[in-house]
Amino acid sequence: MRKTVYKAIAIAYRDNVATAIDDIKIGEEVLIKRMGKDFKVTVKQSIPFGHKFAIKKIDREEEVIKYGEVIGIAASNIDIGEHVHVHNLVSSRKMGYKR
Amino acid sequence: MKLSGYIRPDGSVGVRNHLLIIPTVVCANKVAVEISRKISPSIVIPHQHGCTQLKPDLDQTTRILYNFGKNGNVGGVLVVGLGCESLSSDEVVDEISSTGKPVDTIIIQDEGGTIKAIEKGIEKAKRIYEDISRFRRESIDLDELIIGVECGASDTTSGLAANPAVGKAMDMVIDKGGTVIFGETTELIGAEYILAKRALNDAVARDIIHVIHSLENKIKGYGYDIRGSNPTPGNIRAGISTIEEKSLGAVLKAGSSVVKGVLRYGERLNSKGLFLMDTPGQDIESITGFIAGGAQVIVFTTGLGTPVGSPIDPVIKVTGNHRTYKRMQENIDIDVSQVLFGEETIEKAGEKVFKYLLKVISGKKTCSEKLGHHEFAINRIGPTL
Repeated sequence: MRKTVYKAIAIAYRDNVATAIDDIKIGEEVLIKRMGKDFKVTVKQSIPFGHKFAIKKIDREEEVIKYGEVIGIAASNIDIGEHVHVHNLVSSRKMGYKR
Repeated sequence: MKLSGYIRPDGSVGVRNHLLIIPTVVCANKVAVEISRKISPSIVIPHQHGCTQLKPDLDQTTRILYNFGKNGNVGGVLVVGLGCESLSSDEVVDEISSTGKPVDTIIIQDEGGTIKAIEKGIEKAKRIYEDISRFRRESIDLDELIIGVECGASDTTSGLAANPAVGKAMDMVIDKGGTVIFGETTELIGAEYILAKRALNDAVARDIIHVIHSLENKIKGYGYDIRGSNPTPGNIRAGISTIEEKSLGAVLKAGSSVVKGVLRYGERLNSKGLFLMDTPGQDIESITGFIAGGAQVIVFTTGLGTPVGSPIDPVIKVTGNHRTYKRMQENIDIDVSQVLFGEETIEKAGEKVFKYLLKVISGKKTCSEKLGHHEFAINRIGPTL
């Protein structure tokens, strides 16, 4: 049995997503580890191990930030606790994607 | 810190002592493989190149094969040629012999066919093997070694645990005067400015941006959506959403040292420090490039688990995914998933990787070596004619 109680990690304070380090059930209140200052978010969808969810509200076309850097652009409005992945996050590099 | 390795006649250093059988061309593969089967400790590198290639590709093939023969981990070489190929086996012999190590050759057309070439090849390989069996390990230093660092079958634990831990270990290598090569240019798209900030000088910063942006432009020119190619379907299922996310996690494995320069694919290094080599994201082609650059050990992070090894280098597998470690333990050397759960700091995990690296240098076999994984592939530039 693992000692830790947190189920997600956010890296930089600027990050607007956290990454699940365990499978998270819809509606679960999740403790998130971030540089010693942990905080809580209730997820609005099931989040599989390794996947991301929003920890701040993200508007369509807004930059999605992880590691303190831009990892892409939101393709739709995203609420806190929502799953963030290829259905609503696209690369900011125009490489043949339909935006 | 006491390390042991092999000191070659030209002063280059190795952590293994292989007899390497090099077919100069794809047509010579079978004979080379059959010789290697009979001289079982030998290593053979069959490939798809060596003839009817345009000059840039032939030059690249030549460079990789020469440099594999010259790598410090190779004690002696048997070159197997067909006789009419673009890459002449005599040239390969001359180039590798310049290191002073035992090199010999057979040419299939001269010997008179498959069976005769295999028989003659076995005789010659046996003699080289007897020669190199007399070599003994001596005391060597970390500053004589080059470590290649790669990530493959990544998931989001790669960027959160394995790559940061390996990055710390690579900082320790550089600190002790060693050299580190990283690459996978596609998987630096999105991280280029982070790297450019750490460049030795403006010229290197420009080279870093140039090598990454010119690849990005080339990819855009093809007009395909690269999602599904890179990141791969496995990366995506595991939670990596964009190439930038992958790159920002990948770049961490190179640590925090100054980037001294940018190298061409398979270009041999002649300075110390941290270098970026222009290699593809495809793991086997990438580590083939690093080894041609002179790397004697590869440290390889994996989230989902990959068995890939190399013909002449020990490949140390590190994972930050506890599920992968449990499932593929026979392929994975180090588990750093404790970092994810806050049970271990990144620094301590980095020390764990560094200590393991030192043991491997002095002879400890990695999972890839024990299982006999000898993957080899040369990156292509253009078509075969």
